[in-house]
Amino acid sequence: MTELRRDLAIISDWIKPNSRILDLGCGNGTLLKHLRDAHGVNGYGLEIDTNKILECLKKDLNVIQTDLDAGLSDFDEESFDYVVMTQTLQAIYHPDKLIEEMLRVGREGIVTFPNFGHWRARLHIALGGHMPVYGAIPYEWYNTPNIHLCTLSDFEQLCRDKNIKILQREVVTAEHKTSTTMRVLPNLFGELALYRFSRK
Amino acid sequence: MPDTIPADSIGIVSPSVQKFESPLALDCGRELKEYELIYETYGQLNADKSNAVLICHALSSNHHAAGYHSMEDKKPGWWENCIGPGKPIDTNRFFVVCSNNLGGCSGSSGPMSINPETGKPYGPDFPIVTVKDWVRSQARLADALGIDQFAAVVGGSLGGMQALQWAIDFPDRLRHSVIIAAAPRLSAQNIAFNEVARQAIMTDPEFYEGRYHEHNTVPKRGLMIARMLGHITYLSDDAMRGKFGRELREGKINYGFDVEFQIESYLRYQGQSFVDRFDANTYLLMTKALDYFDPAIDYDNDLTKALAHIKTKSLVISFTTDWRFAPERSKEIVKALHDNDKDFSYIEVEADQGHDAFLMKIPYYMDTFSAYMANVK
Repeated sequence: MTELRRDLAIISDWIKPNSRILDLGCGNGTLLKHLRDAHGVNGYGLEIDTNKILECLKKDLNVIQTDLDAGLSDFDEESFDYVVMTQTLQAIYHPDKLIEEMLRVGREGIVTFPNFGHWRARLHIALGGHMPVYGAIPYEWYNTPNIHLCTLSDFEQLCRDKNIKILQREVVTAEHKTSTTMRVLPNLFGELALYRFSRK
Repeated sequence: MPDTIPADSIGIVSPSVQKFESPLALDCGRELKEYELIYETYGQLNADKSNAVLICHALSSNHHAAGYHSMEDKKPGWWENCIGPGKPIDTNRFFVVCSNNLGGCSGSSGPMSINPETGKPYGPDFPIVTVKDWVRSQARLADALGIDQFAAVVGGSLGGMQALQWAIDFPDRLRHSVIIAAAPRLSAQNIAFNEVARQAIMTDPEFYEGRYHEHNTVPKRGLMIARMLGHITYLSDDAMRGKFGRELREGKINYGFDVEFQIESYLRYQGQSFVDRFDANTYLLMTKALDYFDPAIDYDNDLTKALAHIKTKSLVISFTTDWRFAPERSKEIVKALHDNDKDFSYIEVEADQGHDAFLMKIPYYMDTFSAYMANVK
Protein backbone atom coordinates (compact mmCIF):
# COMPACT_ATOMS: atom_id res chain seq x y z
CA MET A 1 0.00 0.00 0.00
CA THR A 2 1.31 3.45 -0.88
CA GLU A 3 1.95 5.80 2.00
CA LEU A 4 -1.08 7.77 3.05
CA ARG A 5 -0.98 11.57 3.01
CA ARG A 6 -0.13 12.88 6.47
CA ASP A 7 -3.54 14.52 7.09
CA LEU A 8 -5.36 11.34 6.07
CA ALA A 9 -3.00 9.28 8.23
CA ILE A 10 -3.87 11.44 11.25
CA ILE A 11 -7.59 11.00 10.57
CA SER A 12 -7.12 7.24 10.21
CA ASP A 13 -5.48 7.18 13.61
CA TRP A 14 -8.41 9.04 15.13
CA ILE A 15 -11.02 6.65 13.75
CA LYS A 16 -11.66 3.44 15.69
CA PRO A 17 -11.48 0.21 13.68
CA ASN A 18 -14.74 -1.31 12.43
CA SER A 19 -16.71 1.89 12.92
CA ARG A 20 -19.14 3.44 10.44
CA ILE A 21 -18.32 6.69 8.73
CA LEU A 22 -19.85 9.21 6.37
CA ASP A 23 -17.24 11.04 4.29
CA LEU A 24 -18.57 14.38 3.03
CA GLY A 25 -16.88 15.33 -0.22
CA CYS A 26 -15.01 12.02 -0.34
CA GLY A 27 -13.11 12.91 -3.53
CA ASN A 28 -11.56 9.94 -5.26
CA GLY A 29 -12.11 7.80 -2.17
CA THR A 30 -8.49 7.55 -0.94
CA LEU A 31 -9.45 7.89 2.74
CA LEU A 32 -12.48 5.59 2.50
CA LYS A 33 -10.48 2.93 0.71
CA HIS A 34 -7.67 3.09 3.27
CA LEU A 35 -10.09 2.93 6.18
CA ARG A 36 -11.94 0.00 4.62
CA ASP A 37 -8.84 -2.00 3.66
CA ALA A 38 -6.70 -1.30 6.74
CA HIS A 39 -9.23 -0.73 9.53
CA GLY A 40 -12.45 -2.49 8.51
CA VAL A 41 -14.25 0.85 8.56
CA ASN A 42 -17.35 1.03 6.36
CA GLY A 43 -19.84 3.66 5.32
CA TYR A 44 -20.52 6.03 2.48
CA GLY A 45 -18.80 8.79 0.61
CA LEU A 46 -20.81 11.75 -0.62
CA GLU A 47 -19.44 13.46 -3.73
CA ILE A 48 -20.68 15.71 -6.53
CA ASP A 49 -17.72 15.60 -8.96
CA THR A 50 -18.51 12.96 -11.57
CA ASN A 51 -14.86 12.07 -12.30
CA LYS A 52 -14.20 11.49 -8.61
CA ILE A 53 -17.39 9.43 -8.27
CA LEU A 54 -16.17 7.22 -11.10
CA GLU A 55 -12.84 6.76 -9.26
CA CYS A 56 -14.75 5.70 -6.12
CA LEU A 57 -16.76 3.15 -8.10
CA LYS A 58 -13.57 1.72 -9.56
CA LYS A 59 -12.33 1.25 -5.99
CA ASP A 60 -15.56 -0.60 -5.16
CA LEU A 61 -16.56 2.03 -2.59
CA ASN A 62 -20.06 3.07 -1.58
CA VAL A 63 -20.49 6.52 -3.09
CA ILE A 64 -23.63 8.65 -3.18
CA GLN A 65 -23.85 11.42 -5.76
CA THR A 66 -25.18 14.47 -3.97
CA ASP A 67 -24.65 18.17 -3.37
CA LEU A 68 -23.53 18.81 0.21
CA ASP A 69 -25.19 22.20 0.08
CA ALA A 70 -28.49 20.33 -0.03
CA GLY A 71 -27.72 19.18 3.54
CA LEU A 72 -27.87 15.78 5.20
CA SER A 73 -31.59 15.71 5.97
CA ASP A 74 -31.98 12.28 4.31
CA PHE A 75 -29.81 10.77 7.04
CA ASP A 76 -31.26 9.84 10.41
CA GLU A 77 -29.79 10.94 13.76
CA GLU A 78 -26.65 9.16 14.91
CA SER A 79 -26.44 6.97 11.81
CA PHE A 80 -22.63 7.06 11.89
CA ASP A 81 -19.79 6.91 14.39
CA TYR A 82 -17.91 9.61 12.50
CA VAL A 83 -18.82 12.19 9.91
CA VAL A 84 -15.66 13.31 8.12
CA MET A 85 -15.15 16.31 5.86
CA THR A 86 -11.65 16.88 4.48
CA GLN A 87 -10.81 20.15 2.73
CA THR A 88 -14.45 20.86 1.91
CA LEU A 89 -15.74 23.01 4.80
CA GLN A 90 -14.46 26.21 3.18
CA ALA A 91 -16.35 25.49 -0.06
CA ILE A 92 -19.77 25.06 1.54
CA TYR A 93 -22.54 27.70 1.50
CA HIS A 94 -23.51 27.20 5.14
CA PRO A 95 -20.56 25.60 6.97
CA ASP A 96 -22.05 26.41 10.40
CA LYS A 97 -25.25 24.53 9.58
CA LEU A 98 -23.38 21.63 8.03
CA ILE A 99 -21.22 21.21 11.15
CA GLU A 100 -24.37 20.96 13.23
CA GLU A 101 -25.75 18.46 10.73
CA MET A 102 -22.55 16.44 11.04
CA LEU A 103 -23.13 16.11 14.77
CA ARG A 104 -26.78 15.22 14.26
CA VAL A 105 -26.10 12.26 11.93
CA GLY A 106 -22.79 11.26 13.55
CA ARG A 107 -21.52 10.89 17.11
CA GLU A 108 -18.28 12.69 16.25
CA GLY A 109 -17.21 15.06 13.50
CA ILE A 110 -13.81 15.39 11.84
CA VAL A 111 -12.95 18.34 9.59
CA THR A 112 -9.84 19.61 7.87
CA PHE A 113 -9.49 23.01 6.24
CA PRO A 114 -6.74 25.39 5.07
CA ASN A 115 -5.85 27.81 7.87
CA PHE A 116 -6.38 31.38 6.68
CA GLY A 117 -4.46 32.57 9.76
CA HIS A 118 -1.18 31.16 8.42
CA TRP A 119 1.60 33.77 8.32
CA ARG A 120 1.79 33.66 4.54
CA ALA A 121 -1.90 34.46 4.20
CA ARG A 122 -1.44 37.33 6.67
CA LEU A 123 1.60 38.57 4.76
CA HIS A 124 -0.15 38.46 1.39
CA ILE A 125 -2.86 40.79 2.62
CA ALA A 126 -0.87 42.92 5.11
CA LEU A 127 2.13 43.65 2.90
CA GLY A 128 1.17 42.59 -0.62
CA GLY A 129 -2.35 43.97 -0.47
CA HIS A 130 -3.53 40.88 -2.36
CA MET A 131 -5.73 37.93 -1.59
CA PRO A 132 -3.40 35.10 -0.57
CA VAL A 133 -2.45 32.53 -3.21
CA TYR A 134 -0.06 29.79 -2.05
CA GLY A 135 0.27 26.05 -1.32
CA ALA A 136 -2.84 25.36 0.76
CA ILE A 137 -5.00 27.94 -1.05
CA PRO A 138 -3.75 27.93 -4.63
CA TYR A 139 -6.66 29.81 -6.25
CA GLU A 140 -7.17 33.36 -7.45
CA TRP A 141 -10.03 35.25 -5.78
CA TYR A 142 -12.22 34.98 -8.88
CA ASN A 143 -11.94 31.23 -9.47
CA THR A 144 -11.64 29.88 -5.96
CA PRO A 145 -14.16 27.31 -4.75
CA ASN A 146 -13.26 28.47 -1.22
CA ILE A 147 -16.04 30.84 -0.26
CA HIS A 148 -15.81 30.47 3.54
CA LEU A 149 -12.15 30.47 4.52
CA CYS A 150 -11.42 30.74 8.24
CA THR A 151 -8.59 30.61 10.75
CA LEU A 152 -8.09 28.16 13.60
CA SER A 153 -9.31 30.86 16.00
CA ASP A 154 -12.44 31.45 13.90
CA PHE A 155 -13.27 27.75 13.84
CA GLU A 156 -12.74 27.38 17.57
CA GLN A 157 -14.96 30.42 18.19
CA LEU A 158 -17.69 28.77 16.10
CA CYS A 159 -17.35 25.62 18.20
CA ARG A 160 -17.73 27.64 21.41
CA ASP A 161 -20.79 29.42 20.00
CA LYS A 162 -22.36 26.14 18.92
CA ASN A 163 -21.55 24.34 22.17
CA ILE A 164 -19.25 21.92 20.37
CA LYS A 165 -16.43 20.18 22.23
CA ILE A 166 -13.07 19.94 20.43
CA LEU A 167 -11.65 16.48 21.17
CA GLN A 168 -8.44 16.68 19.15
CA ARG A 169 -6.58 19.20 17.01
CA GLU A 170 -3.59 18.85 14.69
CA VAL A 171 -1.98 21.20 12.20
CA VAL A 172 0.25 20.28 9.27
CA THR A 173 1.86 22.06 6.32
CA ALA A 174 0.46 21.96 2.81
CA GLU A 175 2.92 19.12 2.23
CA HIS A 176 1.26 17.45 5.21
CA LYS A 177 4.32 17.69 7.48
CA THR A 178 4.39 18.77 11.09
CA SER A 179 6.90 20.72 13.22
CA THR A 180 7.51 22.13 16.69
CA THR A 181 6.86 25.77 15.73
CA MET A 182 3.57 24.66 14.30
CA ARG A 183 2.60 23.01 17.57
CA VAL A 184 3.52 26.12 19.60
CA LEU A 185 1.86 28.67 17.31
CA PRO A 186 -0.62 26.63 15.25
CA ASN A 187 -2.70 29.56 14.00
CA LEU A 188 0.42 31.22 12.61
CA PHE A 189 2.33 28.24 11.26
CA GLY A 190 -0.27 25.58 10.54
CA GLU A 191 -1.34 25.50 6.92
CA LEU A 192 -3.89 22.74 7.22
CA ALA A 193 -6.01 22.29 10.36
CA LEU A 194 -7.55 19.00 11.51
CA TYR A 195 -10.21 18.81 14.21
CA ARG A 196 -12.15 16.03 15.86
CA PHE A 197 -15.19 17.23 17.79
CA SER A 198 -18.44 16.17 19.41
CA ARG A 199 -21.44 17.62 21.19
CA LYS A 200 -20.68 18.84 24.72
CA MET B 1 -29.05 -4.08 -39.92
CA PRO B 2 -25.65 -3.01 -41.23
CA ASP B 3 -23.90 -5.42 -43.62
CA THR B 4 -21.68 -6.66 -40.82
CA ILE B 5 -22.43 -7.15 -37.13
CA PRO B 6 -20.62 -4.48 -35.06
CA ALA B 7 -17.65 -5.89 -33.11
CA ASP B 8 -19.16 -4.84 -29.79
CA SER B 9 -22.45 -6.65 -30.46
CA ILE B 10 -23.19 -10.12 -29.17
CA GLY B 11 -24.18 -10.89 -32.79
CA ILE B 12 -26.88 -13.25 -33.97
CA VAL B 13 -29.00 -14.59 -31.12
CA SER B 14 -32.06 -16.77 -30.92
CA PRO B 15 -34.65 -17.23 -28.19
CA SER B 16 -35.46 -20.41 -26.26
CA VAL B 17 -38.68 -21.43 -24.59
CA GLN B 18 -38.97 -23.01 -21.15
CA LYS B 19 -42.21 -24.79 -20.31
CA PHE B 20 -43.32 -25.02 -16.68
CA GLU B 21 -45.80 -27.70 -15.75
CA SER B 22 -46.20 -27.16 -12.02
CA PRO B 23 -48.76 -24.48 -11.15
CA LEU B 24 -47.70 -20.95 -10.26
CA ALA B 25 -49.80 -19.29 -7.54
CA LEU B 26 -50.34 -15.61 -8.30
CA ASP B 27 -50.85 -12.62 -6.01
CA CYS B 28 -54.38 -12.11 -7.39
CA GLY B 29 -55.40 -15.47 -5.89
CA ARG B 30 -55.57 -17.33 -9.17
CA GLU B 31 -52.96 -19.71 -10.49
CA LEU B 32 -51.42 -20.58 -13.82
CA LYS B 33 -51.55 -24.38 -14.11
CA GLU B 34 -48.86 -24.36 -16.75
CA TYR B 35 -47.02 -21.61 -18.56
CA GLU B 36 -44.09 -20.85 -20.80
CA LEU B 37 -41.34 -18.25 -20.66
CA ILE B 38 -39.45 -17.21 -23.75
CA TYR B 39 -35.92 -16.02 -23.04
CA GLU B 40 -32.56 -15.27 -24.56
CA THR B 41 -29.09 -15.81 -23.16
CA TYR B 42 -25.81 -14.19 -24.14
CA GLY B 43 -22.30 -15.25 -23.12
CA GLN B 44 -21.24 -18.46 -21.40
CA LEU B 45 -22.38 -19.79 -18.04
CA ASN B 46 -19.20 -20.64 -16.14
CA ALA B 47 -18.50 -24.01 -14.51
CA ASP B 48 -19.75 -23.06 -11.03
CA LYS B 49 -22.71 -21.19 -12.54
CA SER B 50 -21.82 -18.02 -10.65
CA ASN B 51 -21.63 -15.48 -13.49
CA ALA B 52 -25.31 -15.21 -14.46
CA VAL B 53 -26.92 -11.78 -14.76
CA LEU B 54 -30.68 -11.48 -15.06
CA ILE B 55 -32.02 -8.58 -17.11
CA CYS B 56 -35.59 -7.50 -16.31
CA HIS B 57 -37.45 -5.61 -18.99
CA ALA B 58 -39.71 -2.57 -18.81
CA LEU B 59 -43.33 -1.97 -19.85
CA SER B 60 -43.23 -2.58 -23.58
CA SER B 61 -39.97 -4.43 -24.21
CA ASN B 62 -39.25 -8.15 -24.16
CA HIS B 63 -36.68 -10.94 -23.94
CA HIS B 64 -34.73 -9.66 -26.96
CA ALA B 65 -32.34 -7.41 -25.06
CA ALA B 66 -29.27 -7.55 -27.30
CA GLY B 67 -27.94 -8.77 -30.61
CA TYR B 68 -29.80 -9.45 -33.84
CA HIS B 69 -32.17 -12.26 -34.77
CA SER B 70 -31.02 -12.22 -38.37
CA MET B 71 -28.96 -10.20 -40.78
CA GLU B 72 -32.22 -8.67 -41.99
CA ASP B 73 -33.05 -7.14 -38.56
CA LYS B 74 -33.29 -3.38 -38.78
CA LYS B 75 -32.55 -2.89 -35.09
CA PRO B 76 -30.73 -4.85 -32.39
CA GLY B 77 -32.27 -5.79 -29.01
CA TRP B 78 -33.60 -2.99 -26.81
CA TRP B 79 -30.55 -2.73 -24.51
CA GLU B 80 -27.81 -3.21 -27.09
CA ASN B 81 -26.13 -0.10 -25.63
CA CYS B 82 -25.52 -1.84 -22.32
CA ILE B 83 -25.16 -5.56 -23.14
CA GLY B 84 -22.35 -6.99 -25.24
CA PRO B 85 -18.61 -7.60 -25.34
CA GLY B 86 -16.84 -4.81 -23.41
CA LYS B 87 -20.12 -3.07 -22.56
CA PRO B 88 -21.36 -2.39 -18.98
CA ILE B 89 -22.92 -5.86 -18.87
CA ASP B 90 -19.94 -7.52 -20.46
CA THR B 91 -20.85 -10.75 -22.22
CA ASN B 92 -17.17 -11.76 -22.13
CA ARG B 93 -17.58 -12.11 -18.36
CA PHE B 94 -21.26 -12.63 -17.70
CA PHE B 95 -23.91 -15.11 -18.76
CA VAL B 96 -26.86 -12.85 -19.44
CA VAL B 97 -30.47 -14.07 -19.18
CA CYS B 98 -33.51 -12.04 -20.23
CA SER B 99 -37.04 -13.42 -20.34
CA ASN B 100 -40.31 -11.96 -21.57
CA ASN B 101 -42.52 -11.33 -18.55
CA LEU B 102 -45.64 -13.40 -17.92
CA GLY B 103 -48.61 -11.66 -19.46
CA GLY B 104 -46.40 -10.40 -22.28
CA CYS B 105 -47.05 -10.68 -25.99
CA SER B 106 -43.65 -11.72 -27.31
CA GLY B 107 -43.77 -15.45 -26.65
CA SER B 108 -44.21 -15.96 -22.90
CA SER B 109 -47.64 -17.03 -21.67
CA GLY B 110 -49.99 -14.09 -21.91
CA PRO B 111 -53.35 -12.97 -23.23
CA MET B 112 -52.50 -14.15 -26.77
CA SER B 113 -51.56 -17.68 -25.61
CA ILE B 114 -53.95 -20.61 -25.67
CA ASN B 115 -55.69 -21.20 -22.36
CA PRO B 116 -55.21 -24.96 -21.82
CA GLU B 117 -58.60 -25.14 -20.09
CA THR B 118 -60.60 -23.76 -23.00
CA GLY B 119 -58.35 -24.39 -25.98
CA LYS B 120 -58.86 -20.74 -26.96
CA PRO B 121 -56.65 -17.66 -26.43
CA TYR B 122 -56.87 -16.24 -22.89
CA GLY B 123 -57.62 -12.72 -24.05
CA PRO B 124 -58.93 -10.72 -21.11
CA ASP B 125 -59.14 -13.90 -18.99
CA PHE B 126 -55.39 -14.01 -18.47
CA PRO B 127 -54.89 -13.37 -14.74
CA ILE B 128 -53.56 -10.04 -13.49
CA VAL B 129 -49.86 -10.52 -12.77
CA THR B 130 -47.67 -8.50 -10.41
CA VAL B 131 -43.98 -7.71 -10.15
CA LYS B 132 -43.76 -10.31 -7.37
CA ASP B 133 -45.32 -12.92 -9.67
CA TRP B 134 -42.76 -12.09 -12.34
CA VAL B 135 -39.92 -12.44 -9.87
CA ARG B 136 -41.25 -15.84 -8.76
CA SER B 137 -41.53 -16.98 -12.37
CA GLN B 138 -38.01 -15.75 -13.14
CA ALA B 139 -36.69 -17.66 -10.11
CA ARG B 140 -38.21 -20.81 -11.59
CA LEU B 141 -36.48 -20.09 -14.87
CA ALA B 142 -33.21 -19.75 -12.92
CA ASP B 143 -33.92 -23.18 -11.37
CA ALA B 144 -34.43 -24.64 -14.82
CA LEU B 145 -31.13 -23.16 -15.98
CA GLY B 146 -29.34 -24.50 -12.87
CA ILE B 147 -28.60 -21.00 -11.52
CA ASP B 148 -28.81 -20.89 -7.72
CA GLN B 149 -27.62 -17.33 -7.38
CA PHE B 150 -27.39 -14.49 -9.88
CA ALA B 151 -24.26 -12.35 -9.83
CA ALA B 152 -26.64 -9.46 -10.48
CA VAL B 153 -30.24 -8.69 -11.32
CA VAL B 154 -30.47 -5.56 -13.45
CA GLY B 155 -33.28 -3.48 -14.87
CA GLY B 156 -34.49 -0.03 -15.86
CA SER B 157 -37.91 1.50 -15.14
CA LEU B 158 -40.37 -1.35 -14.48
CA GLY B 159 -37.30 -3.61 -14.85
CA GLY B 160 -35.60 -1.75 -12.00
CA MET B 161 -38.64 -2.44 -9.86
CA GLN B 162 -38.20 -6.15 -10.53
CA ALA B 163 -34.52 -5.91 -9.55
CA LEU B 164 -35.58 -4.30 -6.26
CA GLN B 165 -38.28 -6.93 -5.68
CA TRP B 166 -35.72 -9.67 -6.35
CA ALA B 167 -33.46 -8.32 -3.59
CA ILE B 168 -36.40 -8.35 -1.17
CA ASP B 169 -38.00 -11.68 -2.11
CA PHE B 170 -34.90 -13.79 -2.79
CA PRO B 171 -32.10 -12.24 -0.72
CA ASP B 172 -29.92 -15.34 -1.09
CA ARG B 173 -30.34 -15.69 -4.82
CA LEU B 174 -28.50 -12.57 -6.01
CA ARG B 175 -25.34 -10.72 -4.99
CA HIS B 176 -26.03 -7.38 -6.69
CA SER B 177 -29.08 -5.45 -7.77
CA VAL B 178 -28.91 -2.60 -10.28
CA ILE B 179 -31.98 -0.39 -10.12
CA ILE B 180 -32.14 2.19 -12.90
CA ALA B 181 -34.69 4.98 -13.49
CA ALA B 182 -37.14 3.34 -11.10
CA ALA B 183 -39.29 4.21 -8.09
CA PRO B 184 -40.28 2.23 -5.00
CA ARG B 185 -43.92 2.64 -6.04
CA LEU B 186 -45.98 4.74 -8.43
CA SER B 187 -47.20 8.20 -7.55
CA ALA B 188 -50.84 9.22 -8.01
CA GLN B 189 -49.70 11.07 -11.14
CA ASN B 190 -48.04 7.91 -12.54
CA ILE B 191 -51.22 5.91 -11.90
CA ALA B 192 -53.28 8.68 -13.48
CA PHE B 193 -51.31 8.44 -16.73
CA ASN B 194 -51.73 4.66 -16.72
CA GLU B 195 -55.46 5.01 -16.18
CA VAL B 196 -55.85 7.38 -19.14
CA ALA B 197 -53.91 4.86 -21.26
CA ARG B 198 -56.21 2.04 -20.12
CA GLN B 199 -59.33 4.10 -20.72
CA ALA B 200 -58.13 4.91 -24.23
CA ILE B 201 -57.88 1.17 -24.94
CA MET B 202 -61.00 0.04 -23.12
CA THR B 203 -63.29 2.69 -24.61
CA ASP B 204 -62.16 1.93 -28.16
CA PRO B 205 -65.26 0.50 -29.92
CA GLU B 206 -63.01 -2.27 -31.28
CA PHE B 207 -62.02 -3.42 -27.77
CA TYR B 208 -65.01 -5.75 -27.24
CA GLU B 209 -64.16 -6.14 -23.54
CA GLY B 210 -60.80 -7.58 -24.47
CA ARG B 211 -62.21 -10.18 -26.92
CA TYR B 212 -61.23 -8.23 -30.00
CA HIS B 213 -59.46 -11.19 -31.60
CA GLU B 214 -62.73 -13.12 -31.60
CA HIS B 215 -64.11 -10.22 -33.66
CA ASN B 216 -61.08 -10.28 -35.95
CA THR B 217 -60.05 -6.79 -34.98
CA VAL B 218 -57.81 -4.92 -32.55
CA PRO B 219 -58.43 -1.67 -30.62
CA LYS B 220 -55.91 0.18 -32.74
CA ARG B 221 -56.95 3.70 -31.92
CA GLY B 222 -56.99 3.10 -28.19
CA LEU B 223 -53.63 1.36 -28.09
CA MET B 224 -52.15 4.07 -30.29
CA ILE B 225 -53.37 6.85 -27.99
CA ALA B 226 -52.07 4.92 -24.97
CA ARG B 227 -48.65 4.69 -26.57
CA MET B 228 -48.65 8.36 -27.61
CA LEU B 229 -49.42 9.29 -24.01
CA GLY B 230 -46.65 6.99 -22.82
CA HIS B 231 -44.13 8.63 -25.14
CA ILE B 232 -44.96 12.07 -23.72
CA THR B 233 -44.00 10.79 -20.28
CA TYR B 234 -40.79 9.17 -21.56
CA LEU B 235 -39.37 12.41 -22.96
CA SER B 236 -38.46 15.54 -21.06
CA ASP B 237 -39.85 18.94 -21.99
CA ASP B 238 -36.32 19.95 -23.01
CA ALA B 239 -35.76 16.86 -25.14
CA MET B 240 -39.04 17.42 -26.94
CA ARG B 241 -38.24 21.06 -27.52
CA GLY B 242 -34.76 20.18 -28.75
CA LYS B 243 -35.96 17.41 -31.03
CA PHE B 244 -39.15 18.94 -32.43
CA GLY B 245 -39.64 22.47 -31.13
CA ARG B 246 -42.62 23.99 -32.91
CA GLU B 247 -41.31 22.87 -36.25
CA LEU B 248 -43.99 22.51 -38.91
CA ARG B 249 -44.00 19.58 -41.27
CA GLU B 250 -44.94 21.62 -44.32
CA GLY B 251 -43.31 24.82 -43.13
CA LYS B 252 -46.65 26.61 -42.77
CA ILE B 253 -49.81 26.52 -40.70
CA ASN B 254 -52.75 24.96 -42.56
CA TYR B 255 -55.54 25.74 -40.08
CA GLY B 256 -56.69 22.14 -39.91
CA PHE B 257 -56.51 19.01 -37.80
CA ASP B 258 -54.10 16.97 -39.86
CA VAL B 259 -50.55 16.54 -38.67
CA GLU B 260 -48.91 19.97 -38.72
CA PHE B 261 -46.30 20.07 -35.99
CA GLN B 262 -43.43 17.59 -36.10
CA ILE B 263 -44.18 16.39 -32.56
CA GLU B 264 -47.64 15.30 -33.75
CA SER B 265 -46.06 13.36 -36.56
CA TYR B 266 -43.59 11.71 -34.16
CA LEU B 267 -46.28 10.67 -31.69
CA ARG B 268 -48.56 9.30 -34.40
CA TYR B 269 -45.69 7.34 -35.88
CA GLN B 270 -44.74 5.90 -32.48
CA GLY B 271 -48.37 5.04 -31.77
CA GLN B 272 -49.00 3.41 -35.13
CA SER B 273 -45.85 1.31 -35.15
CA PHE B 274 -46.61 0.13 -31.61
CA VAL B 275 -50.02 -1.20 -32.66
CA ASP B 276 -48.35 -3.59 -35.08
CA ARG B 277 -46.13 -5.15 -32.46
CA PHE B 278 -48.00 -5.00 -29.17
CA ASP B 279 -51.16 -6.50 -27.72
CA ALA B 280 -53.72 -4.26 -26.01
CA ASN B 281 -54.55 -6.78 -23.27
CA THR B 282 -50.85 -7.07 -22.44
CA TYR B 283 -50.60 -3.29 -22.25
CA LEU B 284 -53.45 -3.27 -19.73
CA LEU B 285 -51.76 -5.99 -17.65
CA MET B 286 -48.35 -4.28 -17.66
CA THR B 287 -49.78 -0.95 -16.52
CA LYS B 288 -51.62 -2.74 -13.70
CA ALA B 289 -48.41 -4.46 -12.60
CA LEU B 290 -46.83 -1.00 -12.40
CA ASP B 291 -49.74 0.44 -10.42
CA TYR B 292 -49.72 -2.43 -7.91
CA PHE B 293 -45.96 -2.44 -7.38
CA ASP B 294 -45.32 -1.45 -3.77
CA PRO B 295 -42.86 -3.67 -1.89
CA ALA B 296 -43.33 -1.64 1.29
CA ILE B 297 -46.98 -2.67 1.56
CA ASP B 298 -45.97 -6.02 3.09
CA TYR B 299 -43.82 -4.18 5.66
CA ASP B 300 -46.19 -1.63 7.30
CA ASN B 301 -45.76 0.69 4.31
CA ASP B 302 -42.18 1.21 5.42
CA LEU B 303 -39.63 0.82 2.62
CA THR B 304 -36.80 0.81 5.17
CA LYS B 305 -38.34 -2.27 6.81
CA ALA B 306 -38.87 -3.86 3.40
CA LEU B 307 -35.16 -3.59 2.64
CA ALA B 308 -33.93 -4.56 6.13
CA HIS B 309 -33.16 -8.16 5.24
CA ILE B 310 -31.74 -7.72 1.73
CA LYS B 311 -28.19 -9.03 1.28
CA THR B 312 -27.28 -7.56 -2.07
CA LYS B 313 -25.01 -4.71 -2.83
CA SER B 314 -26.86 -2.25 -5.06
CA LEU B 315 -26.35 0.41 -7.67
CA VAL B 316 -29.16 2.95 -8.01
CA ILE B 317 -29.12 5.26 -11.05
CA SER B 318 -31.43 8.14 -11.91
CA PHE B 319 -31.52 10.77 -14.66
CA THR B 320 -31.91 14.50 -14.00
CA THR B 321 -34.71 15.21 -16.50
CA ASP B 322 -36.67 11.99 -15.88
CA TRP B 323 -40.01 13.21 -14.59
CA ARG B 324 -41.77 9.86 -14.89
CA PHE B 325 -39.52 8.40 -12.17
CA ALA B 326 -37.57 11.44 -11.07
CA PRO B 327 -34.30 11.32 -9.07
CA GLU B 328 -36.34 12.11 -5.94
CA ARG B 329 -38.09 8.75 -6.37
CA SER B 330 -34.78 6.89 -6.65
CA LYS B 331 -33.64 8.73 -3.54
CA GLU B 332 -36.48 7.07 -1.61
CA ILE B 333 -34.76 3.76 -2.38
CA VAL B 334 -31.38 5.31 -1.50
CA LYS B 335 -32.67 6.42 1.90
CA ALA B 336 -34.11 3.00 2.69
CA LEU B 337 -30.75 1.45 1.76
CA HIS B 338 -28.62 3.71 3.95
CA ASP B 339 -31.11 3.57 6.80
CA ASN B 340 -30.25 -0.13 6.81
CA ASP B 341 -26.47 0.40 6.42
CA LYS B 342 -26.56 -1.53 3.13
CA ASP B 343 -23.70 -1.38 0.67
CA PHE B 344 -24.73 0.63 -2.39
CA SER B 345 -23.84 3.52 -4.65
CA TYR B 346 -26.14 6.15 -6.11
CA ILE B 347 -25.52 7.91 -9.41
CA GLU B 348 -27.53 10.84 -10.77
CA VAL B 349 -26.81 11.19 -14.47
CA GLU B 350 -27.13 14.63 -16.05
CA ALA B 351 -29.13 13.86 -19.18
CA ASP B 352 -31.75 15.77 -21.16
CA GLN B 353 -33.53 12.73 -22.62
CA GLY B 354 -35.99 12.23 -19.76
CA HIS B 355 -37.04 8.72 -18.73
CA ASP B 356 -35.79 7.29 -22.04
CA ALA B 357 -32.23 8.17 -20.99
CA PHE B 358 -31.83 4.76 -19.34
CA LEU B 359 -31.72 3.20 -22.81
CA MET B 360 -29.18 5.68 -24.16
CA LYS B 361 -25.43 5.58 -24.54
CA ILE B 362 -24.59 8.48 -22.21
CA PRO B 363 -20.84 8.48 -21.42
CA TYR B 364 -21.07 9.07 -17.64
CA TYR B 365 -23.88 6.51 -17.37
CA MET B 366 -21.91 3.92 -19.35
CA ASP B 367 -18.69 4.60 -17.40
CA THR B 368 -20.21 4.38 -13.93
CA PHE B 369 -22.37 1.38 -14.83
CA SER B 370 -19.26 -0.37 -16.27
CA ALA B 371 -17.13 0.52 -13.24
CA TYR B 372 -19.73 -0.95 -10.89
CA MET B 373 -20.23 -4.11 -12.94
CA ALA B 374 -16.44 -4.61 -13.13
CA ASN B 375 -16.52 -5.20 -9.37
CA VAL B 376 -19.40 -7.69 -9.61
CA LYS B 377 -17.59 -10.92 -8.99
